[in-house]
Amino acid sequence: MTYIRPAFRHPQLPLNKLGLPVSYYEGALSTLCAGCGHDSISAGIIQACWELNIQPHHVAKLSGIGCSSKTPTYFLSNSHGFNSVHGRMPSVATGAYLANRDLLYIGVSGDGDSASIGMGQFAHVIRRNVNMVYVVMNNGCYGLTKGQDSATADIGSISKSGSVNQFQGIDLASLAIELGATFVAQSFSGDKDQLVPLIKAAIKHPGFALINVVSPCVTFNNNPGSTKSYQFVREHHAMTSKMDYVPEMKTISTSYHEGNNQEIELHDGSTIQLHKLSPDWNPEDRVSAILALKQAAAKQEVLTGLLFIEPETKALHQILGTTESPLNTLTESSLCPGNKELLELNKSWR
Amino acid sequence: MKPTNINNPEYFHQVVDCQYACPSHTPVPEYIRLIAAGKFTEAYMVNWDSNVFPGVLGRTCDRPCEPACRRGRVEEEPVAICRLKRVAADNKEDVKQYMPQGLFAPNGKKIALVGGGPASLTVARDLAPLGYEIHLFDEQPAGGGFMRSQIPSFRLPETVLNEEVGYILNLGIHTHFNHYVRSLKELLQSDYDAVFVGSGAPRGRDLLELPGRNEGDANIHIGINWLASVAFEHTKKIGKRVLVLGGGNTAMDCCRTARRLGGESVKVLVRSPFEEMKASPWEKEDAIHEDIPIIDNHVPKSFVVKEGQLIGMTFEKVKAEYVDNKRKLVPTGEPEVFYEVDDVLIAIGQENSFPWIERDLGIEFDKWNMPLVNETTYCSTNEKVFFGGDAAFGPKNVITAVAQGHQAAISIHLYCSEMNLKTDRPAPFVNLHNMKMGIHEWGYDNNVVTDQRYVVPQASKTETLRDRKKEVELGFDVMEGFKEAQRCLNCDVQTVFTESKCIECDACVDICPTSCITFTTNEENESDIRNKLKVPATNLSQPLYISDTLPTKRIMVKDENVCLHCSLCAERCPTAAWDMKQFYYNVTKAMGMKNEVIG
Repeated sequence: MTYIRPAFRHPQLPLNKLGLPVSYYEGALSTLCAGCGHDSISAGIIQACWELNIQPHHVAKLSGIGCSSKTPTYFLSNSHGFNSVHGRMPSVATGAYLANRDLLYIGVSGDGDSASIGMGQFAHVIRRNVNMVYVVMNNGCYGLTKGQDSATADIGSISKSGSVNQFQGIDLASLAIELGATFVAQSFSGDKDQLVPLIKAAIKHPGFALINVVSPCVTFNNNPGSTKSYQFVREHHAMTSKMDYVPEMKTISTSYHEGNNQEIELHDGSTIQLHKLSPDWNPEDRVSAILALKQAAAKQEVLTGLLFIEPETKALHQILGTTESPLNTLTESSLCPGNKELLELNKSWR
Repeated sequence: MKPTNINNPEYFHQVVDCQYACPSHTPVPEYIRLIAAGKFTEAYMVNWDSNVFPGVLGRTCDRPCEPACRRGRVEEEPVAICRLKRVAADNKEDVKQYMPQGLFAPNGKKIALVGGGPASLTVARDLAPLGYEIHLFDEQPAGGGFMRSQIPSFRLPETVLNEEVGYILNLGIHTHFNHYVRSLKELLQSDYDAVFVGSGAPRGRDLLELPGRNEGDANIHIGINWLASVAFEHTKKIGKRVLVLGGGNTAMDCCRTARRLGGESVKVLVRSPFEEMKASPWEKEDAIHEDIPIIDNHVPKSFVVKEGQLIGMTFEKVKAEYVDNKRKLVPTGEPEVFYEVDDVLIAIGQENSFPWIERDLGIEFDKWNMPLVNETTYCSTNEKVFFGGDAAFGPKNVITAVAQGHQAAISIHLYCSEMNLKTDRPAPFVNLHNMKMGIHEWGYDNNVVTDQRYVVPQASKTETLRDRKKEVELGFDVMEGFKEAQRCLNCDVQTVFTESKCIECDACVDICPTSCITFTTNEENESDIRNKLKVPATNLSQPLYISDTLPTKRIMVKDENVCLHCSLCAERCPTAAWDMKQFYYNVTKAMGMKNEVIG
């Protein structure tokens, strides 16, 4: 009987620039169902952080409640973590981000945690443009309570018990674009080739970045008739683009045909290389992104890839004009500079 | 690339590295599990079926299985397979009841075996239960061949050898000990239906061309002859200063035996560099442990005799130089070195010798005076005469002799049944069966322990050097044996993949601790696939397991190299596309074949 992963790793495991093997970014052994899409997303986060040479102790993982929100245990064991109240991860993330702007914040949520109980929090964390990666592991059902339809279940989708969903599904990606999010992407847990570059770009984006990942629930929502099963998503998969995240130091050579290529430069000099597959879509135009989503939905397609990006964006700390130093490092002497400074300040207002 | 054909048993067979490397293909993981379960008798019988001498081999085997062991690629040291075999032999209960029970109904055929070593004894064991009348000839007073005459008692107690030789001889073998076969022609003219030659490689190499060889003869001994003389208690002592020439296992046995017969200053001198000596590393260690220096890069030049008495030897110092991977020993130009000596033991190799085989019997010999023997059937160019063991292809080891004996026995049985020696050879017995018992439960212990290899305890040096017959190694006790057995990765429990069930959820890829599994697009060349795996598959001796094309047009590729057989891929697979199945592979022996011979 094993619930423990063996300690041995491949002896020739490659190392990243920090000299760490990918195994250093692993978490505990998952207790989710065998074949759960969420585990693939965890593996994607591990891969992205390893490839970006991120120090695990510079990361904070935050989550709410649900199957999805268990996953921070299963990646980045050497990072900070906070498993918060149901639907309240955005508040905790906002607080943590305000206290220490130097950490990388990875919020993990599910369709219940974000689109039902946490809907209000979801809207406000976008509105405030908290600099974080917000991953929704979206399986269209409440897997932890035996698979009832969730708020993101598509209308007409058939559950494992055979009932047809009568309600409109909430489209988190469209909603986020509407709400003013500056990085919105959609992906599929069964396509790591797409997911990993998206996570990397989201990490490098200087504001709020949403990745809505369709992540099939193998136990309760992987049946014929479900619009969030492995098979359905594979058969109805439409991509906005093929994408590479290119760190700044690399010279770029794309092999795609000219005309459809677009290069988006991020604030740190790295770039996103896009090979567009839908001709009308412009990733820097909100309206065209929403249009692409609606057109795909009409054709019963799941549109994946980068949907919208606004590379020049002001995150919450810039909006508030706070100091560059993380607030939690400020000591009494810098917070309370003394009577002399106060007098100077008062004098300037006279 | 085409998908791997797992219906060919040789694919899964090569994944079981230890069994594949074993000349007689002993089902190693199977018996190691039995040892861990405390089923020593059963473990012994699995061995006995394959390698005939578990107690002997558990102490003396050359262990080709251990360098092959997957554990050695995952961490530093392989599983102590050889010494675990001994645990089974030491702790077994009555095994005789599981062996073929005579008397056997005679089938009317009569076989002569020349030589009483492991090859001949294997043939005897495999054929006796089929009703053959077997006559075994050996010049020694007891059976066992070189296992008796060359392997010293401090490595292999006589009781262990007697027991295992006895199991075979008690199957109704007609033994003719102290009987040197002088003429194969005579033997063929008697009424034997077939003759098996298992006479070994009985002639030790000498240094006849060296000055002083003849003059000093009284104190210069051929290693294997001297060891035999000690084993049969004709030689009981040796001079205080002894030089052993040679770097193989016989040299190690010679020097350690010399230490027990009065040799106080015993040295081994070898031509080659220390690292390239033929002796097994553990045998070198044991010799050094007994205060025997091994002096390498020394080529013997002369025996120095004074007044008819050997007083020493001179050596030239050399160094190894390599041109095109070929080694040359080049003199360093330093002056010759002189060592004082009372006795010299020459252990620089041994060779075959067939003065008793007439050259007009239809048995062809090559330019090295070796008989032409078929590598599959072990039949010579005379269809009635079969060879096996060291006699067939030159000196190797006990386990190779046993493996060849099994094949020769099959050939003899086919020949006597008037069947074709090649096309009618029996296929191996194979089976692939489920190990699944529950969601997290398997029919084997799949937890991979991190224990380092356990060291076999030894008796104290002062005690063992005093008594030639005192066994040096004490063997693992039951608890140590269990812990060592738990280090086995159960490589015979195979990861079996079914394309049609796979939904490509990546769960196996994500969970695999050693990053063995990759889903990727197919390529024409294996090398292209090897390079684009999660961790490039650089160990070319290890196969790739490639699936057929999946719905996303990709293939599953598993690099077998460092798979821990931990079952996590199968546990995390939602559709049981991965399954753990135990692969059982056993070479068919003559005694398991149908008895077609009607007397």
